Amino acid sequence: MNAARKKRLYIVLSILLGTSAAVGLTAYALSQNINLFYSPSQIAEGEAPANTRIRAGGMVVEGSISRDPGTLKVRFDITDYAHTATVQYNGILPDLFREGQGIVAQGSLDQNGMLIATEVLAKHDENYMPKEVADALVKAGKMPDYNWQQSAEGEGKGGGYGQGYGQGNNQNQGYGQ
Amino acid sequence: MIPELGQFSLILGLCLALLLSVVPMVGAYNGNQLWVDYARPLSKGVFAFLSFSLLCLGWAFLSNDFSVVYVANGSNTNLPWYFKISAIWGGHEGSLLLWVWIQAVWTLAVALKSKTLPHDIVGRVLGVMGMITVGFLLFILFTSNPFDRFLPGFPAEGADLNPLLQDFGLIVHPPTLYMGYVGLSVAFSFAIAALLSGRLDAAWARWSRPWTTVAWAFLTIGIALGSWWAYYELGWGGWWFWDPVENASLLPWLVATALIHSLAVSEKRGVFKSWTVLLAIAAFSLSLLGTFLVRSGVLTSVHAFATDPQRGMFILGMLIVVIGGSLLLYALRAGSVKSDSSFGLLSRESLLLVNNVLLTVACAMVLIGTLYPLVMDALNLGKISVGPPYFNALFVPLMSIMAVFLGIATVSRWKHTSVSMLVSQLWLSAVAAVVAGLVTLWLYGGVLEWWAGLALVLAYWILFTGMRDIYNRVRHRRNLWQGMRQQSRSFYGMILAHIGVAIMIVGVAMVTVFEEQTDMRMAPGDRMTFRDYTFIFDGTREVQGPNYISDMGRVRVLYQGEPYTEMFPEKRLYTARGMVMTQVALQPGLFRDLYIALGEQLEPESGAWAVRLQYKPFVRWIWLGAIFMTVGGVLAAADPRYRRQARRDAEMAKV
Repeated sequence: MNAARKKRLYIVLSILLGTSAAVGLTAYALSQNINLFYSPSQIAEGEAPANTRIRAGGMVVEGSISRDPGTLKVRFDITDYAHTATVQYNGILPDLFREGQGIVAQGSLDQNGMLIATEVLAKHDENYMPKEVADALVKAGKMPDYNWQQSAEGEGKGGGYGQGYGQGNNQNQGYGQ
Repeated sequence: MIPELGQFSLILGLCLALLLSVVPMVGAYNGNQLWVDYARPLSKGVFAFLSFSLLCLGWAFLSNDFSVVYVANGSNTNLPWYFKISAIWGGHEGSLLLWVWIQAVWTLAVALKSKTLPHDIVGRVLGVMGMITVGFLLFILFTSNPFDRFLPGFPAEGADLNPLLQDFGLIVHPPTLYMGYVGLSVAFSFAIAALLSGRLDAAWARWSRPWTTVAWAFLTIGIALGSWWAYYELGWGGWWFWDPVENASLLPWLVATALIHSLAVSEKRGVFKSWTVLLAIAAFSLSLLGTFLVRSGVLTSVHAFATDPQRGMFILGMLIVVIGGSLLLYALRAGSVKSDSSFGLLSRESLLLVNNVLLTVACAMVLIGTLYPLVMDALNLGKISVGPPYFNALFVPLMSIMAVFLGIATVSRWKHTSVSMLVSQLWLSAVAAVVAGLVTLWLYGGVLEWWAGLALVLAYWILFTGMRDIYNRVRHRRNLWQGMRQQSRSFYGMILAHIGVAIMIVGVAMVTVFEEQTDMRMAPGDRMTFRDYTFIFDGTREVQGPNYISDMGRVRVLYQGEPYTEMFPEKRLYTARGMVMTQVALQPGLFRDLYIALGEQLEPESGAWAVRLQYKPFVRWIWLGAIFMTVGGVLAAADPRYRRQARRDAEMAKV
């Protein structure tokens, strides 16, 4: 093998090695960091695994918010109008967190099926419902007469900026553009 | 009347852009000089009409013309005038108009600044830019017209601009970011022109280099401004969230960074040329993808895409035409490109190749993480999200490796570098970097934090190897000052940008490792201490703003027990939309930020609030690093060498 070919072989080999390492690492990291979404109905039916990081979403049930006096601990129910699930969170709730508002919580289920949330997200738009929640409501057949598709369209057209999430902890989620 | 003029002007702009994308191209193909020379006046015409159109939209905002749908949705009579202007790009339609106007600005700049280039190249470059303009104008006119009216009845008052966007950040962030996005279309057009004309040589790389560097500088500062805005505006103190919207701007940046390095190799050594062309195509394609990911609503919901199929199909069509067309052209032409020289296995060329590979891999990995949830959702395979740990786990090691190679490449030679030469050049920097890094860490924290230590060592490594490079260049001169003066602007630009990388590494690592934060319940009189700072909450009072009502808190800060400053975090209720917003109180500093955000009121009787307190060391260095990179880029692009050399190239081309 002459020098030029040898050099080319080295380059090709190192690129091949590098990309396969990168692909392997990416696949591994991806498999470790995917958070699946579950609706309250799925949680009630026991589809969601316990002690695994998941996302859950629904409408905050009116009158279900209870605070622990003296700390920031808060508990509330979310619903897709077929079933409800209880969420417990310790921290500051986002600006748009409100009863009757759609939210998404990230955390893990404990033995009693309560979601211990590390993060609570609410959309920065009054009319907007998180897409997972909207789909979950449609699936449960309990979509309120509020037309979410129209709203999503309005978002697409007029929105852009400020579509991001407000959130309930320091780790995650963004802002519009 | 004025909005109709704006729309009419947009249509005229489209007609001229159509001519621009056909006439000079045909002229260049047939060798018809007259047709080619139409490129410049047509570019000026497109710019004039699009500018007039943008002014019309601005006028509609300033005059509160709520009969225009876009204005009624994004403005309000009470909005201050400067936010009325920035509201032009506060929504989908207007930001596209800004996008296409900036495209016209770049086209005009190329038309004015390309006097020394061969005519057929200029004609082709401007022609390709005209095609991009046509695509966007068609998109605006058919699917997203900002001049649409509410007729016959229209609202008396506008819905107001989203309070999140009523901020200095929105005034500057989108235009600079778009300058970067769109600026990459110049690099793209040069690449396409080179493929069409078959003249893919060092001269082409030289012409395209300053434009690419300027676009990259804009992109850098645009992303940094976005990060800074998110930091103080959202109230959570994060500076990067790995949000799809942010990733959309990072993707073209990574490829553009690879591109400016690969262009350097193509220019100096005449190798990597077809790779450089591919990068130029990829960079612009990703900036198109980014624009559309953010603007199409596909991120909010894949189904939003389906509810407006016209817009969605147009976007897909345009992406297919641009990416597919340019790749097809590339496949047809790139095969005939020959390298002008060869290089050794260990050389500056191969080290820069490592840089390119690392950046491309990083880009691919961010792209996968961003698109994966969308693809899964579209295929009905479940709703997932990819969290920041994924991105951090891959991005941090890749960038660390890159920092190591950055130092090595700085002192390496073109063509061939021997290992012994590298060792003799680098051992001192390596030892000094490790010592200085660990000493700094010990002085600052007194604790052995792995990541912070590694980051400091890498930052010193970049700094010391840069100094070594300067030393190598000046030691044979008569004196230091003269030697320093003889170095080119692009050299100093490079050094500055690399120091910017070092500064950013320090900022990212220090704030990640040493930040302190707590969410707590605070009643008036409660206190909390971080390091040397003690925060005392004094309660809140109601304050009336121009278009909001605010609960303004007062927090007294003590430094080592002595009164230091007072901070006023707010919770605002914007009355027009009934929207609640957190207004953060910030005490910025070069080495630390104090950051306070109000959560919600817990008990009205006792006046207790949920309060978020944060101590963020070195967070400013993240954006300071980006400023260094930007200045470095501008300095490099302003090197007079390009103009001199371009003139010479042009004379060569004539012969």
